Amino acid sequence: MIPAAFDYERADSVEAAVQLLSQHGDEAKLLAGGHSLLPLMKLRLARPSVLVDIDRIDGLSSVRDTGDALEIGALARIGDLAEDATLKEHCGILAYACGQVGDPQVRHRATLGGSVSHGDPASDPPSVLLALDATFVARGPGGERTVAASDFFTGLFETALAPDEMLTAVRVPKLGAGSGWSYQKFHRRQIDWALVGVAAVVQRDDGHIGSARIGLTNMGLTPLRAPGVEQALAGADASDAAALASAAEHAPEGTSPPSDTNGSAEYRRELSKVLVRRAVQEALAS
Amino acid sequence: MAVAAKYVGTSVPRKEDPELLTGQAKYTDDFVVPGMLHMIVVRSPFAHARIGSVDVSKALAMDGVVAAFSGEDLAGDWAGPLLMAWAVTDDIHNPPHWPLTKDKARYQGDGVAVVVAESRAAATDGAEAVDVEYQALDAVVDMDAALADGAPLVHEDFGTNASYTWTLTNGEVDKVFAEAPVVVKERYVIQRAIPNAIEPRAILVQPNTAMGDFTMWSATQIPHIVKVAMTLGLGISESKLRVIAPRVGGGFGAKLQVYAEEMLALALAKRLGRPIKWVEERSENYLASHHGRDQIQEVELAADADGRIHGYRMKILANMGGYLMIITPGTPLLGAFLYCGCYGGEAYHFECTGVFTNTTPTDAYRGAGRPEATYAIERAIDALGRRVGKDAIAIRRLNFIPAFNEPTPMPGGLMLDSGDYDATLDQALELIGYDDLRAEQQARRERGDPKQLGIGFSTYLEMCGLAPSRVLSALKYAAGGWDAATIRLSPTGKVTVVVGTSPHGQGHATTFSQIAADDLGISVDDIEVVHGDTMLAPLGMDTYGSRSLAIGGVAVHRAAEKLVAKAKKIAAHELEVAEEDLDYEGGTFSVKGAPDKARTVAALAFSAWTAHNLPDGMEPGFEETAVYDPANFVFPYGAHICAVEVDTETGEVKVAKYVAVDDVGLVINPQIVEGQVVGGVIQGIAEALLEEAVYDENGQLLSSSMTNYEIPAASDVPSITIGRGPGLPSNSNELGVKGVGETGTIASPPAVLNAVIDALSVYGITDIGRPVTPERVWRAIRDAKGGAQ
Repeated sequence: MIPAAFDYERADSVEAAVQLLSQHGDEAKLLAGGHSLLPLMKLRLARPSVLVDIDRIDGLSSVRDTGDALEIGALARIGDLAEDATLKEHCGILAYACGQVGDPQVRHRATLGGSVSHGDPASDPPSVLLALDATFVARGPGGERTVAASDFFTGLFETALAPDEMLTAVRVPKLGAGSGWSYQKFHRRQIDWALVGVAAVVQRDDGHIGSARIGLTNMGLTPLRAPGVEQALAGADASDAAALASAAEHAPEGTSPPSDTNGSAEYRRELSKVLVRRAVQEALAS
Repeated sequence: MAVAAKYVGTSVPRKEDPELLTGQAKYTDDFVVPGMLHMIVVRSPFAHARIGSVDVSKALAMDGVVAAFSGEDLAGDWAGPLLMAWAVTDDIHNPPHWPLTKDKARYQGDGVAVVVAESRAAATDGAEAVDVEYQALDAVVDMDAALADGAPLVHEDFGTNASYTWTLTNGEVDKVFAEAPVVVKERYVIQRAIPNAIEPRAILVQPNTAMGDFTMWSATQIPHIVKVAMTLGLGISESKLRVIAPRVGGGFGAKLQVYAEEMLALALAKRLGRPIKWVEERSENYLASHHGRDQIQEVELAADADGRIHGYRMKILANMGGYLMIITPGTPLLGAFLYCGCYGGEAYHFECTGVFTNTTPTDAYRGAGRPEATYAIERAIDALGRRVGKDAIAIRRLNFIPAFNEPTPMPGGLMLDSGDYDATLDQALELIGYDDLRAEQQARRERGDPKQLGIGFSTYLEMCGLAPSRVLSALKYAAGGWDAATIRLSPTGKVTVVVGTSPHGQGHATTFSQIAADDLGISVDDIEVVHGDTMLAPLGMDTYGSRSLAIGGVAVHRAAEKLVAKAKKIAAHELEVAEEDLDYEGGTFSVKGAPDKARTVAALAFSAWTAHNLPDGMEPGFEETAVYDPANFVFPYGAHICAVEVDTETGEVKVAKYVAVDDVGLVINPQIVEGQVVGGVIQGIAEALLEEAVYDENGQLLSSSMTNYEIPAASDVPSITIGRGPGLPSNSNELGVKGVGETGTIASPPAVLNAVIDALSVYGITDIGRPVTPERVWRAIRDAKGGAQ
């Protein structure tokens, strides 16, 4: 449980972090909460030669109300977000999902930016951010740019971030009146990653479903949307249980879930249908 | 108890806790000695591979690395292989097991080289630089495959992967089965489990090169046995070795072991003349500490048409892993007599074959053999009930051995001490609210609720208090089962109780203090308990098999009685009366009819120290030792009832209610007993629902960390309701105590499985594999409904 030797650099600003990343290239890794990176390093599955510690950069931990949206600093702790009053009021699904991550010790250290940048498809916040159509703000040597959630997760532990870029914020829309949400996390123990997780954000429209956005956790190499479900739900009668169940049958379309000691891909596909149905029902009832 | 109980039976706060809760307790890794080196073992990544060259030169060239050795390099350091103390049959195949393997790696994690460096980090880097040439061989993981013709051989010299076959037969088994109108035949697979103590193993060896002696600190359950094993393995005189088990953070059987790392640390301390420390990494715990369970059971019951059992026939395959460790072959035999549970009958056959595979060796894990036996009979009796149309309660009550308070025989051939199996079942039914639960179950069934309810039973019987030495001899175990206690009073009446048991979480200091305090009439606060040090407590057989109270506790009581007897002589002498004229109560001797003429034990201890006025011929001093070897085991029993909620859509199983009624005889400290029961039940529920060591076909351990070996946390387990039953004292010892350390893991898994099967009975399901994962439930329901859509 001792990592291979590495150099340690501490960045006190985003500019300094980007500068260090530019200097060291893909030999460097950013260290925030460390709860994904450090275990990998201790097992020597990750061996970065330089760690750039961004954990103490000021001003990146708040939730700001920007009108129609909230801007969440990349260094906001998962545990703080689970309890954040503004987030709970305007984007309850993200607060709730953050409360489902790991255990209290993990949530106290882990950051939203770290969770997102790690690109782990089994992590809870990414699929929720996908269902929210969130926007990611990144800073690199050339300045700031934004990336849509649908373009951000590019592969297993891979994101659209360049080696010399740092994620600085995540923007999520406020969920207005008429919208309901649910996050269904299925796992064997409270501390486990999801076997399958389902994020549902549903817009109600006079007894019908105006639109639905469904995010899937751990159903492929990246967090995924479930477009088949979303299309089948659009315009459906919200009280028609059979129609909702039928829509949920589309959940595994286009997914490639893993098989591991917790469950086979076949089981996960079936589980996704049940969880999507339950998520949509709960979202409509909320 | 001979005297009025002031402390026994009360929840005296644990004397251990202040030190543990304030972080002042010292575990092995907390000890740091000057000049200490750190050891890392290089382990085979292959489950089965021939070892070619082992090149340590790159490691030796690295900063901080002091030494590095292959198995071949150290071959001359050993006086003998690792200790295997239980050759269960005369013709057992027992391979030599060296601390580092020289020829082949036989499981993933088998040690092939060792690196010693000035820091743990340097040793880790050095271990990475050792170059080992492996020639991978086909691995065998599954027991049936291991016994098939042409299987890869774990030990080629034997020509087979079978280690031994051990049998036990009572009565006319074949006749009973031939004549029985009902024979139930079941097959159960008990998955492999991995013990996870919160403190991993750890060792520190400090040599005194001038004197040629060594002190070893080890996170072990068995310092006394480790000392003997080290003597045999390294040829060091026993008088030159002191083994200390300081505070030890749990064991669950995995520290009832003598490990390669203990031999290696001692050998390297001897070679290098410097202290050597080794601390197990958690991932090593998964690969290189022994595993538990792993049996395939063929279970047969022969019964009347109404379900009364007459015969038991059990055929067991037990996975040994790659080598035989200290009691690997004997572990299944600890359950050999208990496959009849608490039920009657005339005929009994048990047969167990130990099988070598390319997996981590198995050995004792909390319950050791008895959970396996209990699982077999408690599942099978439900199957019998289904067959003859009786519910789980009726089939049990029909077959219970009737209540008894005198030594009573049972089909497995043991003499039971005391039991009232209906009484514990009655109490459990009441505590769980049985009728309401059944009504709720029926309501859910009628409305087709996706969440179905199931109720499962386990009316278990176990044997513990290991063990009568003569019985151990008959079973071919190499050591005895006695234990010892020395009690010493200081001149001012303070008490030191030195015991041979070696606690690692059980609360011996508190429990034994309570016994001694009542016997001597002294406050528990004035008693210190010393344990886990072969120099301070040289006599002992350590802690395992729920033996510490039933053996060690009785030894404490007997040592106290010896002191009371000596005190009585001094008191009679000082008070100038005959011993018969003295009353003794609460630590005070008083003259019958003249209670003002009195002496306390504490005052008499002072008299024994000054020796100014002792009876003629009496030796000064106030210290007595008792060594207690029991004549029989003790037999805790009880009834566990589990109610589960099964989500029939996802397959998720949640324990909704759990009641454990355990009659463990006289209870010394109710709070400690409750902790043992609750902890054990949770561990057993985890075996039923969560934990499973999974190997792939190449012998790679897939469930190799806490992220995928599913140990529950507090948030994953229900609250447990407990009851004590009638509290019948054991007649195996004069305290009337039984054991409680293992009841939970022994009793609970079949209660959970039976509950799941009860819930799924609406689909006609009568069996499911363990652990009951959501996927297994989902598949069982899908298959019962007619297969994949």
